[in-house]
Amino acid sequence: MDRFTLSVEAGETFGLLGPNGAGKTTVIRMLTTLLPLTSGSARVAGYDVVHRATDVRRSIGYVSQILSADGSLTGYENLLVFARLYDLPRDQIRARVEEALQIMGLSNAANRLVKTYSGGMIRRLEIAQSMIHRPRLLFLDEPTVGLDPLARGAVWDYIRRLRTEFGMTIFLTTHYMEEAESLCGRVAIMHLGALSALGSPKELEEAVAADLGGDHITLNEVFAHYTGGELDSGGNYRDTSRVRRTARRLG
Amino acid sequence: MTRPGYAEPHVDLGDVATPQLVRRLGRAPRAVRNYFTKTWALVAMEGQKLRHDPTELLTRAVQPVLWLVIFGEVVTAARAFDTGNIPYINFITPGILAQSVLFVAIFYGIAAIWERDLGILQKFMATPTPRTALVLGKALSAGLRGLSQMVIIYAVAVALGVSMNWNPLALLGVVFIVLLGATIFATLSLIIASFVKTRDRFMGIGQLLTMPLFFASNAIYPIANMPDWLRAIAAVNPLSYMADALRSLMIVPGLSIYGLPLDLGVLGAFAVVLVLIGGHYYAKLVL
Repeated sequence: MDRFTLSVEAGETFGLLGPNGAGKTTVIRMLTTLLPLTSGSARVAGYDVVHRATDVRRSIGYVSQILSADGSLTGYENLLVFARLYDLPRDQIRARVEEALQIMGLSNAANRLVKTYSGGMIRRLEIAQSMIHRPRLLFLDEPTVGLDPLARGAVWDYIRRLRTEFGMTIFLTTHYMEEAESLCGRVAIMHLGALSALGSPKELEEAVAADLGGDHITLNEVFAHYTGGELDSGGNYRDTSRVRRTARRLG
Repeated sequence: MTRPGYAEPHVDLGDVATPQLVRRLGRAPRAVRNYFTKTWALVAMEGQKLRHDPTELLTRAVQPVLWLVIFGEVVTAARAFDTGNIPYINFITPGILAQSVLFVAIFYGIAAIWERDLGILQKFMATPTPRTALVLGKALSAGLRGLSQMVIIYAVAVALGVSMNWNPLALLGVVFIVLLGATIFATLSLIIASFVKTRDRFMGIGQLLTMPLFFASNAIYPIANMPDWLRAIAAVNPLSYMADALRSLMIVPGLSIYGLPLDLGVLGAFAVVLVLIGGHYYAKLVL
């Protein structure tokens, strides 16, 4: 990862795009304090990710790319543990768990084991886990990978709700252009560990149109333009097996 | 925040007037409470899992039962070891509890690797939870399973006519030693997992570690029966101290070669040092 400078405004929904292996997940893991920075610096919610890691962790929610809700627990129990890990006051825990279930449309499934949930429900549960402490900033790593179009649309609606109702800033990675177009005010395109474009989807389309002299340019073409359009530019064995495993668990 | 029954403070010194150290100390009780709430959250999670699917508790029970009923009875009948004034079956009962806790706890590293592969561990690491609390929570989860082994071993021992110590304080002591032992071996396992990182490699090392820990201890035979070199290893093996402590608390008459205070000191020191080391290296698992 190099030549990477980026700043995300409070309240915006920001999309980080790039082919597999471009370094999107690495960026998220650095910003969520899971991966140490080897050089350079980053501030999240005003705190330095190295020196104020605990303050950063308190201010953010994180949904990883892999399906990570615990299938052998109920939805309620999955949320309970995070309510405690995020230091919610004891007398508010029950109310906040129920609220999170309700916001994500899971109240009716609260006492079922998560292994009986559909893929879309699991994703919504994971988003509920990561927003139970009402963080200022939510990191979503490939939030709809492996979901069918219907479930994907539902997850988008819930993500929009978090922004409008709680004013959360949302930082997501994706390689679905329609996801970026539907959710994000601004996007950045990454290629081989570096930033190759930054702006609103519309700005980028216009810039590429001017460049290529094309008439109507889609975000897909923008993406191909900035990532060299090569097939197979990245993605190692571990990434690929992880994505496949997620897809399999989603059925 | 004001609670009912507490008056508002008359003087508000504010941030500037209060030295930082005083403010830190003021927050300390809350930080300690949060630390244990978080540790407890992880143990409670393990309890909920076991409640939803208790089959593992039953399959885990088979091994200690076999050791006591077959190995214990045969060796007792053969009078193979000199265990002083107590029958061999009394001698081995606490040893088998120690061994069961070791076998349950030593594979917690695999569970951690599994949770890493599922992405669960990454989410825990992204919460404001001290790493040592994550480690201690996992370790005490192993302790919870160890306690279920304790119940089974007590039942089998009673059936085999072992004279057990039912003094409530002694029972409480046994619970404490089981939790302490589980903490030591589960944390050791998590530390190894943090370095080897894959399940395949861990399986190899787990096997390599478990048998020497078990046989180079006084769990199933007295130290007096060992050659000198093995006795030296047994003397630095935490399992020896765990078995020794259990032997002084579980059976009547109790038997101890190190003495309970030394046992507790050694086990406590192992637990504290390993949890601190574990807290330091646990984050490596998600790199």
